[in-house]
Amino acid sequence: MSAEPRPRVGLFATCLVDLIRPSIGFASAKLIEDSGCDVVVPEQTCCGQPAFNSGDRKTAKALAMQAIDAFQGVDYVVAPSGSCAGQLKKHVPELFADEPELARRADAFAAKVYELMSFLVDVRGVTAVDARFEGSVTYHDSCAGLRELGIRAQPRKLLESVEGLTLTELKDSDVCCGFGGTFAVKYGEISDAIVAKKSDNVAAAGAGTLLAGDLGCLMNMAGKLQRQGRPMKARHVAEVLAGMGDEPAIGEPQA
Amino acid sequence: MNAHSTSPAFKENAHRALNDPALQRALGNVETGFIGKRRKAAAKLPEFEDLRDSARDIKNHVLAHLDLYLEAYEAKVTAAGGHVHYAPTAEDASRIVVEICKRVGARTVAKGKSMISEEIELNTALDAAGVKPIETDLGEYVIQLRGERPSHIIAPVIHLNRDQIESDFRRVHTGLPEGRNLDAPESLLAEARGILREKFLAADVGVTGANFLIAETGTSVIVTNEGNGDLSQILPKVHIVLASIEKLVPTLDDVSQTLRVLARSATGQELSVYTTFSTGPRRPGDVDGPEEYHVILLDNGRSAMLAGEFRDMLRCIRCGACMNHCPVYHAVGGHAYGWVYPGPMGAVLTPSLTGVKEAGHLPNASTFCGRCESVCPVRIPLPKLMRHWREREFERHLSPAPVRAGLAVWSFFARRPLLYKLATRAAMSVLSLIGRGKGRFSALPLAKGWTAGRDFAAPQGSTFQARWNAQARTRR
Repeated sequence: MSAEPRPRVGLFATCLVDLIRPSIGFASAKLIEDSGCDVVVPEQTCCGQPAFNSGDRKTAKALAMQAIDAFQGVDYVVAPSGSCAGQLKKHVPELFADEPELARRADAFAAKVYELMSFLVDVRGVTAVDARFEGSVTYHDSCAGLRELGIRAQPRKLLESVEGLTLTELKDSDVCCGFGGTFAVKYGEISDAIVAKKSDNVAAAGAGTLLAGDLGCLMNMAGKLQRQGRPMKARHVAEVLAGMGDEPAIGEPQA
Repeated sequence: MNAHSTSPAFKENAHRALNDPALQRALGNVETGFIGKRRKAAAKLPEFEDLRDSARDIKNHVLAHLDLYLEAYEAKVTAAGGHVHYAPTAEDASRIVVEICKRVGARTVAKGKSMISEEIELNTALDAAGVKPIETDLGEYVIQLRGERPSHIIAPVIHLNRDQIESDFRRVHTGLPEGRNLDAPESLLAEARGILREKFLAADVGVTGANFLIAETGTSVIVTNEGNGDLSQILPKVHIVLASIEKLVPTLDDVSQTLRVLARSATGQELSVYTTFSTGPRRPGDVDGPEEYHVILLDNGRSAMLAGEFRDMLRCIRCGACMNHCPVYHAVGGHAYGWVYPGPMGAVLTPSLTGVKEAGHLPNASTFCGRCESVCPVRIPLPKLMRHWREREFERHLSPAPVRAGLAVWSFFARRPLLYKLATRAAMSVLSLIGRGKGRFSALPLAKGWTAGRDFAAPQGSTFQARWNAQARTRR
């Protein structure tokens, strides 16, 4: 019996992971490899969402085309972020809807794009991971992943298989943390008020660790918890699933 | 003239709202009062999602043939003995109401709840003409007592707490015993009812809004929970319906379908307490009803929306679900938006009606969390429409200079992968060194909006791509 060929997955690390927290990229690569795929990391910058959401379609299109070119020749494009995956999967086709030639390329590209949790569970059929994490965690559903891509059950299912981990549900886990990309800086005061409510809910959940699937939201929530002197640690769900949960948490001093 | 706007001062308005403890206490009711009720009502109706599709399709059909339906509607209203007036602008609409009031020698006007009357600032026009408007919806009545504006399209006083309303009543209702008990919301309602009852009887003209206008029959429909709308339109001898042109639906069947998503989306009720259909003035043999029946159809920028990328917004049936589910609305309340329509629907509609230069903050002040779209009964893609406004702003160079500059620097590097790689690798290494001890920054010069209330995580070190490539080299 010949083994099925291993799909070639292009890891779209996302610019935040690339710049701020490479450990999420390595955790993602491990999880994708463990699911029976080969991982490549084509040269990449940004999915273009900040430009798209700021009304700068021209830059958004240029960055989308750059990504489409860079990820030619892979079977899948996987991103550890519902927000960036949503941009590439849902919004990139919108950007080229009026240009038939480019639209075909954009649609074909978008069809290959998956958010990491969805890729592992829905595409690769992963039901369990080989990881240990001692302690209780709670989970925030980031907006784009939840509402654009339907990601809710997948991370919870995989977390169930982590040895030693207990999941406590977060009140209003589906409510925005107030990040919103550039919103967090442009309307910082409102963003801060929204994340203050999230922080209260995280504290009330009573878990030691907050997990989510988007680094932007995590940095926002971690930043608030830390400013308020709360002890909860924030990590990307991929890090815990990949058994890299002992890395210093987001915003914690490097060893 | 369109109602006075403070939308350009959105940030200052928001700052005030965030630092107003009474408002913050009241806003807690939005989250607890609406969301769970809507969820339950939707869950109880297996076909709810299909009904949303159907409501969307009905409204889309009307918008595609609005001219035909307006003509058909007008013919039916006229046949029933009513009068239809077209008002291209807010001023026109107010002028027509004032003219009718003057012609019949009206001294007071009983008003049912109408956001269009807010949009055209009808009360100001009536006051100027020496006609006294009396708001008969409890919330609008309180707003009028306080000289405020509604902060929500279906719950005008959601920004107030019960004790604030109690003290307003004690201040204004001076003829009543001082020791009376007003602890329960019901006692406030009873007191307002007693006072308003006399005013209904004395009113010469009744003004109501309309939730729907039915082309098939020439009927206007209002949904209320207090019954004040019925009294406003039945008791006075003249009934004026104020409605914007997109309120049309083709048939009675269409109204019945759309009503099934309206109250459920708004308050979680299956139907509101009163759903009232009015067709023309009193006929011979009718026991009640007005002698004259007028409909004022307001355009005020809407026909221009029909032809453009904001057409989807005209499907809105004003249920308020988008603001009820909006984290920004929850944080700052409705007044911060600075004009008549707050929340996500206001963030799309207001720039269409007052101009994006005036209202540019509104479509920007959204996290694009998408919760509004996920509950909209007519499936308006609100985040997408807000993004269209940002595109218009960007094209017209109306976006704030620091935002444009930041974006320009970012996209310069993001579009040059090699330069990006070198620059980010160096920058992250430096930032990481500086932030290493604490693991985070408590102040960053270009992100004060962030670091005023939150820390910002320091980078782990070199970039992911640099590390990955280094590892790949050693593997080889």
